[in-house]
Amino acid sequence: MIEIRFTLNGQPVSARVAPALPALTLLRDSFGLTGTKPGCGEGECGACTILLDGRAVNSCLLPSALLDGREVLTIEGLESPSGTLHPVQRAFVEAGAVQCGFCTPGMIMRTVAFLRERSHPSDDEIARSIEGNLCRCTGYVKIQQAIRAAADELGVGGTEGGS
Amino acid sequence: MRIAKQSLIGKSFPKLDAPERASGRAVYIQDMVLPRMLHGAILRTDRVHARIVAIDTSAAERLPGVQAVITANDIDNVPFGHGKDNTPLKGDKVRCIRDEITAVAAETESIAREAAALIRVEYDDLPPILSVEQALRGGAPLIHEHKQTNVAFTYEYSHGDLAAGERESDVVVQETYRLPYVTHCCLGTSGIIAAFDARGHLTLYSVTQVPALYRRDMAQICGVPPERIRVIQATIGGGFGSKLDIYPYEPIAVHLARRTNRPVKIVFNRQEEFVASPTRQPTEIRIRAGAKRDGTFTFREIDFTHDNGGYTSWGATTPFVMMQAFSSLYRVPHVSMHGKVVHTNNPYAGAMRGYGNLQATFAVESSVELLAGELGTDPLELRLRNAQEPGETTGQGIGLRACGLRECLETAAKRSGWHQKRNQTATDRPRVRRGIGMASMLHVGGGAKIYRSDGCGTILRLDDFARLTLITGSSEIGQGSETVLAQIAAEELGLRFDQIQVLNNDTDVKPWDVGVHASRTTFIAGNSVRLAAREARKKLLSAAADQLRSAPEELDLRAGKVVRDADGEVLADLGKVIRSLHFGGKNEVVVTHHYYEPPSVMQDQGYKGDVSAAYAFATQVAEVEVDLDTGVVKVLRLTAAHDIGRVINRLGAEGQVQGGVVMGLGYALSEELQVERGRIVNPSFREYKLITSPEVPEIDIAFVETIDPEGPYGAKGIAEAPAICTAPAVANAVRHATGGRFTALPLTPERVFSELKQ
Repeated sequence: MIEIRFTLNGQPVSARVAPALPALTLLRDSFGLTGTKPGCGEGECGACTILLDGRAVNSCLLPSALLDGREVLTIEGLESPSGTLHPVQRAFVEAGAVQCGFCTPGMIMRTVAFLRERSHPSDDEIARSIEGNLCRCTGYVKIQQAIRAAADELGVGGTEGGS
Repeated sequence: MRIAKQSLIGKSFPKLDAPERASGRAVYIQDMVLPRMLHGAILRTDRVHARIVAIDTSAAERLPGVQAVITANDIDNVPFGHGKDNTPLKGDKVRCIRDEITAVAAETESIAREAAALIRVEYDDLPPILSVEQALRGGAPLIHEHKQTNVAFTYEYSHGDLAAGERESDVVVQETYRLPYVTHCCLGTSGIIAAFDARGHLTLYSVTQVPALYRRDMAQICGVPPERIRVIQATIGGGFGSKLDIYPYEPIAVHLARRTNRPVKIVFNRQEEFVASPTRQPTEIRIRAGAKRDGTFTFREIDFTHDNGGYTSWGATTPFVMMQAFSSLYRVPHVSMHGKVVHTNNPYAGAMRGYGNLQATFAVESSVELLAGELGTDPLELRLRNAQEPGETTGQGIGLRACGLRECLETAAKRSGWHQKRNQTATDRPRVRRGIGMASMLHVGGGAKIYRSDGCGTILRLDDFARLTLITGSSEIGQGSETVLAQIAAEELGLRFDQIQVLNNDTDVKPWDVGVHASRTTFIAGNSVRLAAREARKKLLSAAADQLRSAPEELDLRAGKVVRDADGEVLADLGKVIRSLHFGGKNEVVVTHHYYEPPSVMQDQGYKGDVSAAYAFATQVAEVEVDLDTGVVKVLRLTAAHDIGRVINRLGAEGQVQGGVVMGLGYALSEELQVERGRIVNPSFREYKLITSPEVPEIDIAFVETIDPEGPYGAKGIAEAPAICTAPAVANAVRHATGGRFTALPLTPERVFSELKQ
C-alpha cells in the first residue's frame, strides 16, 4: 500500500492504495464518484474517461499510483459550485445525445478535453474525437451534434463555465 | 395575462432524465451499494458438452471473506426459461460454454472471483454438437435427453397455394443466406442485487425490461410467493432485448442472499457480458421466390433453421416475427414457411432488437433484388408494384390500416437520388465502385398480443400544487419513453414539464404492463396515459367550472393555469382548483387511472390474426463505395424513410432511427460473435467490432407521418424498426456496385474480397 495525494475535482485529497489499483475503482469505491462508468475494464469503450492534468484518459487502465501529485477531474467536477451544468453537459442534454446514458459521462469528459485543444474543430475532427468511446444507443450522430454545439458556444463565449 | 394554445406533439424535447445521466448522478446497478451487501461470482464451465462428475469447493470455502458457496445440490434448482430447459446451476451436465456450475458470495467482488477460480470441477466429456447440420443428423447425441430430439421447436406457416404460385410464375429465384451471431453490447453490463427484509420479503434491484413478468417468473424459480417480491429497476444501461429473459445469474443472486441472509450483488464484467448474455440467433434461410413477367410477386417458400444453442429462451419464438416479414412484406399471395429451432452446444440465443426480423428481412429483400435482376426491372419499381395500400389485409391476417410503404419507397428514392445513382457504378478511381441499394421492412407498431393482455396501466395523481405524478407500468431503458409519456400528459393537462414526475421503476407502485418489447411503449403506454389524462382533465375542468361559475367547455388548461378557451385569458391557478376539491368540502383528490388494451387479437393455430393494433413500415437506401482491391465497403450515405405514424417527440424519434441504423450497419459490415467449437473467441470490444463514430455515414431521416387511427395522436411504435432493413439495403448496394451474390453477413473486407476474387 502507498499513500497518494492529488487534487480531485478541485479539492486536495489523499488515499492509501495498492499501487496497481485502477483509478476507476479508487474513484468509484473510495470517493463515491460513480459518475465515472465501468464499461469494459480494458480500455476499449471509453465509459470511464476522466481528465488527468487536463488530458482524457481511460481510468480503468490507470494505476492509482500515477494519480500522485496530479489533477483529476471527473464528471462530478464539471458543474459549477451552484450546480449549473457545464456547457458540454448542457449541449449533450439539449442535442438528444443521451439515451441510456452509460457512455455519456465518458463522452462528455472526452469532449471537454478535446474542445480545450481544438476550439474550432472540423466535422471530421469532431467525429474522430470520440472514436475511442463506444455508444450503442445513439448511433453517435447527436453526440457529434452536441460536440459541435458545445464548440460553437465555448468558442463564442471564450471561457468555460464550471471548473 | 393570456396563454396561447400550443400543441407539444411532434416537437423536439430533450429527455427529462438526460441531466441526471449527463451529470453522473443517475444510479445504475453498477453504482448501487446496500448496507452489509455481499458480492457474488459465478464459476462457468469451460466445456461445451460434458457430464459433471465431481465438484470440489473446499478451497473456495476456506478463503477468508467467503460467506457462501453453492452448487446445484444446495438449492431447489427449478427449471426455467421459455422451454423450461435451463436451471440456475447445473448439476448433472453442461450444454454450453456459459453454463453455471457454482456460485460464491463474499465480502468483496475480488474475493468472490478469486474463490470461484479455486473451485475444481471434474468432467466426463460428451461428443459436442457444434452445428445445426450435425444436430439434425440421424443418431446425433441428444443435448436434452428428455426431449428425445435436438429440435426445440418447429414452425410451419402457409397461406395461399404454393403450387398455384409456382404455376403463375414466369421467373423463380432461389438462394440460401447465412446470418451471424451478434450480441447486444449494452454499455452497462448485466447485474442484480437481491435483498431479503426481516419479513422474508424479497427486493430485486434489477435491469429487467419486463418487470411484471419478471416478478412472476422469479417467484416461481426462487420459491418466493410473488406477493412478497418487489422489483425496483435501476437506471438501465441499454436493453435492446437482452433484458427480456431471466438469466441464471438472477436466481443465483437470490439463492446466495437467502443462504447468507445478506443482500447479494452480481454484476458482469465485460467478458462475462460477451460470453453469458444473450445473442441474436444465427440463422440459415433458404428462400425461393417467384414473380410474373410484369413483376407481380407470386410466391415465397422459406426453409430456415435457428441455432438455439444449449437452452431455450424467448428468442426461440422469433419465428413469430419472421413469418410476418415472409408473409406480409409486400403483397405475396402464396407463402409457405418451414422453420426449425435447433439445439446445439453453441451459446444460446435470446431476444434482440428486431426479434428475428433482421434475418427474415435480409432474406426477403435479397430475394426481391434477385427477382429484379431476373426480370430486368428497376428494384424500386418492382417494390412499388408489390407494395400494399392502406386498408389491405395480408395473407396472414395483418390489417394494414395506416400503411405508408409506398410513400416510404418513393420518399427514400427521391431523397437519395435513386434513379440517377442507380445508373452509375464507376468512380474516378478505376478500382473503386459505387453502388446504391434499398430495402424495406414491416414490423409491429401497435404492440403484439402474445399474452392474453397486451395492455399497460397508468395512474395519475395531481397534488395540491398541481404537480403530476405519472405512474406508468412501462419502463425506461434509455429509449425515451419517460419523456414521451410526460409529453402526452402535458399535452392533455396543459402542464409544464417541470410539474411532472414520472414513476416507472417500482412494481410496488406501478400498475401492470407486459414490458418493453415489440416496439410497444409509445403506442400502448402512450394511449394508457392519454386516456387517464383525459379523465383527469374532465375532472379538473369540471371543478374549475364550478369554482369560476363557467362551463367546462369554455375552459382550457394551459401551462399550469385554467384559462378561457376562447382567448387564453388566465382565470385561475390549477393548484388552487385542485385544493378547492379537498379544502372546499368536496372530499376529493385528483387521482385517475386507465388500463389500455389494444384492439388486437392473438394468432390462431395457423399463426393467422391481427396481432398488432398497428404496423410500422420503412424503406432505407444505402449508398456505398467498394474497394475491389481490399474488399473494404464504405457506406457514404443512408436515407431512412420511416412510417411511424404521427411523430410524438421528434428528437427522440430521430435518435431511435440513428441508433437503429448504426446497429444495422454493424450487422451489415463488422459485427460477429465468433464461435469456434462452441467457444466465443472474441469476447471483447477489441475483437468484436462495433461501428465507431468516424465510420457513421450521413443519415438522412424522413418521417412518413401516416396517421394511425388507433395510435396516440396517430403514432405507431418505432424502436426496433430502424435496425431491421439496414443490412439488406447495404448488401443490395454492394451487390449493385460489384455484381457479387453476398449470401452471408457481415460484409467484412475479407468476405467481400474473397467473393470478388471468385
